[in-house]
Amino acid sequence: MNTDYFIEGYCHIKNNRVLLNGEPLFTEKKPDFASFIKSVYQHFETDYPKFFKMDKLSKLAFMAADVLLKNSGRPVNEEENMAVVLSNRASSLDTDRRYQESIDDPDNFYPSPAVFVYTLPNICIGEISIRHKLYSENSFFIFDKFNADHLWHYSKSLINHKKADAVLCGWVDVEGDDYDAFLYIVSPKGDDKHKIEEITRLYFTQ
Amino acid sequence: MSELKQELKEKIIEQLNLEDVAVDEIQDNDPLFGEGLGLDSIDALELIVMLDKDYGIKLADPKEGRKIFESVQTMAAYIEENRSR
Repeated sequence: MNTDYFIEGYCHIKNNRVLLNGEPLFTEKKPDFASFIKSVYQHFETDYPKFFKMDKLSKLAFMAADVLLKNSGRPVNEEENMAVVLSNRASSLDTDRRYQESIDDPDNFYPSPAVFVYTLPNICIGEISIRHKLYSENSFFIFDKFNADHLWHYSKSLINHKKADAVLCGWVDVEGDDYDAFLYIVSPKGDDKHKIEEITRLYFTQ
Repeated sequence: MSELKQELKEKIIEQLNLEDVAVDEIQDNDPLFGEGLGLDSIDALELIVMLDKDYGIKLADPKEGRKIFESVQTMAAYIEENRSR
């Protein structure tokens, strides 16, 4: 099936900035990721206390999805047939290391359950899905670098095979204080054609 | 006992990342789970780790937790009676 789809909207969070459809919505220089993402949460009046329990990857994915979906004109708090397909380079390595540190010393061995639950990258999809009631297909892929080709094929296939009406997809990567999020919605409506070149162009346009 | 309750409130806020809760908003008898502070099952596990790490109390039977973690008051009473550090 060769149906044309569109990129309905997209959001970047990188380099101390949050951009929606290429337009800067928020900029604040902070010394580390934790304080930056907290200021993003506060700026957008997110009001979701569970945010503070999340690991860095989930916080980043959650805020990018929240900004994008809230501004998409879609109904709030209604279940949607939207799949979520995310990808990154570092998997959940940042949290894996943090967890490992908590169990390194046999004489001070107190593994944290709250850290452990985030030692998988796809947990961030769960956080987004709970918040936005997205109960459709979901997948998380690990690549060396942003892979527009794979995301294009996979999201197109999901809609073509009627697994979802739309797909929230993209890249969300955190390691230490380095972070990079680019999420976009693929659907039958929008202005930007859903093409590999266009996805790549939008990813690098920040 | 009141010092311990104050300490527990501070630890609960810090260790469970309750950023939008202040110490004086937690009453001694407020339920920690459900309609009170709204803690979840992962928080319960964190509290069990906290009892072990900070007070030397190992819960042999997780079912005990239900009564112990009812409120700051019940936690403090249990710690006073069973602490080894």
